[in-house]
Order: sequence, then C-alpha cells, then structure tokens
Amino acid sequence: MEAIAFYLFSALTIGMFLIVVFSKNALYSMSALAAGMILISGFFFLLDADFLGVVQIIVYTGAVMALYAFGMMFFDTTKDVKEKIDAPLITNILWVASAILLICIISAPFVPSLLNLDAPLNQTALFGANNPQAVGIVLFTKYLAQFELAAVMLLVAMIAGIILVGKKMDESLTLDMNAEKKIEAEEFDIKDNK
Amino acid sequence: MITLTHYLVLATILFVIGLIGVIRRKNLLLLFFSTEILLNAVNIAFAAISKYYHDLTGQMFSFFIIAVAASEVAVGLGLLVLWYKRNGTIDLESLQEMKG
Repeated sequence: MEAIAFYLFSALTIGMFLIVVFSKNALYSMSALAAGMILISGFFFLLDADFLGVVQIIVYTGAVMALYAFGMMFFDTTKDVKEKIDAPLITNILWVASAILLICIISAPFVPSLLNLDAPLNQTALFGANNPQAVGIVLFTKYLAQFELAAVMLLVAMIAGIILVGKKMDESLTLDMNAEKKIEAEEFDIKDNK
Repeated sequence: MITLTHYLVLATILFVIGLIGVIRRKNLLLLFFSTEILLNAVNIAFAAISKYYHDLTGQMFSFFIIAVAASEVAVGLGLLVLWYKRNGTIDLESLQEMKG
C-alpha cells in the first residue's frame, strides 16, 4: 500500500515539476507548481509528519501560490514566455549534465557514518505517537529561539512586501523619482527649444 | 517496502529538475518557481530522514525552510513587481545593465 502511494506520488510530482520547468506558458507553470506542492504534502503524510503536511498545504498552496497568482496579475502572462536560447540541443544536454554534476559535487563529501547524530529527538520514545503534539513541544522548547527569529523574519518580509508593492503603486520608492522627472522635463525643454 | 533510499533518490530527482530550471529559465518568475522546487525537494529529504532516524530535527528544519521560503517569496515578488514597473520586462537579461 505504502509502495503504491509512494510511486504514484513520485510519478505525479516529477511530472508536474517537469511541466513547471519546461512549460512555455507561465500560467501552466504556476498551476503545475501548485499541484506539485499538494502532491508533496502527500509524502509528508506518508512519512508520519502530519503537521508538516498540513503546513505544506496551508503555507505553500494557500499562501505562496496565492501570492504568486496575485503577483502574476502584474505581469503579462497570457503570451508565451520568450527566452532567447542559442543551440538548443547542446545547451539542453549541458543543463541536465551540469545539474546532475552539481548534485554529485555537493553531496559527495557527506558520508553517513561520519555524521554525528547525537541526542536524537525520538518522537515515539519522548512524546508518544502524536506528531503535532511532539512537534509543538520540540518547537517551543529546543527550537524556541529559532522559532522567534523566524517569526520576526516573516514580519520583516511582510512589511517589505507591502512597502515594495502596495504603497504608491505608480512610483518607485527605491529611486528618487523627482530626479527622473527633472531629467524628463529638461529633455522636453530641449525638444521645445528645437 | 519503501526505504530511506527511495525517498532520497526521489528528492535528488526533484532537486535536479529544479536545478535544470534554475539554469535553463530566463524568465525571473519561472526562476522563482524553480527555487520553490529546490526547497521542496530538500523538505522531502529532511522529512524522510526524520522518519527513518526517528528524529524530529529533520521536520524542524523543514518548518524553518518553509518559513524562509515564504518570506523569500514575499520580498522577491515585491522586488519583481517593482522591476517590471520600471523596465516592462522580467527577463533575466534585463538585469544586465553594464553592456561590455
């Protein structure tokens, strides 16, 4: 049963992510990514990480993908994405090869026997079989500082997002717009004089 | 019987797909999507290791990765919208301002 679910979810997730990477239309990419996120939460449920699965659905498909969907309203998504790529066959092979090579380079130095997994947080031994409860206890004891830092970081990100996009939609806050306007006005003056 | 290796292989495949996207894509929005794939692949690996080593630390890492991903999207998308307003394009090559 577990094997069937694993292989089904694997095939679907890989297919969805391939669509994300190779689709010409940004809208298809986004829909496929949302589907892939939901399917990944299936893996978390398979792995007895119930809380993580729920968080995956709420945060990724609920918040992140919704944010992307709203963000895409700013961009022209109906037309196909044009990407200038020279010599498609050779570059395709090089992309795949370099991606696999990078994985090998990064993961080669890690020998499992050398990793010291001291003081493991054994869920069943410490807290019984209830995953969300165990996660809560660990999160608010051992990882409390990191948890609070993450909360502050999310707050900063939220404010940054609002400031960057929300306020004064018609002008840039990162540049001195008056300077640009002055330059434009001067150019008009020059044209008028001519 | 599904073992840890199965999950790690799956995570690697997904990570490779994401990496191909990062290398291949020229559109900044689709580059963001590829980054999400990378993060999710790592999350699967962490959750799998967490289960097979009976250690909750992996799941904790996954939570913080999700938190980081969420804030990354908020800030990144904001910057992307700003860039689109100024330049009318979100092509990666429009970031290249110094023409040598």
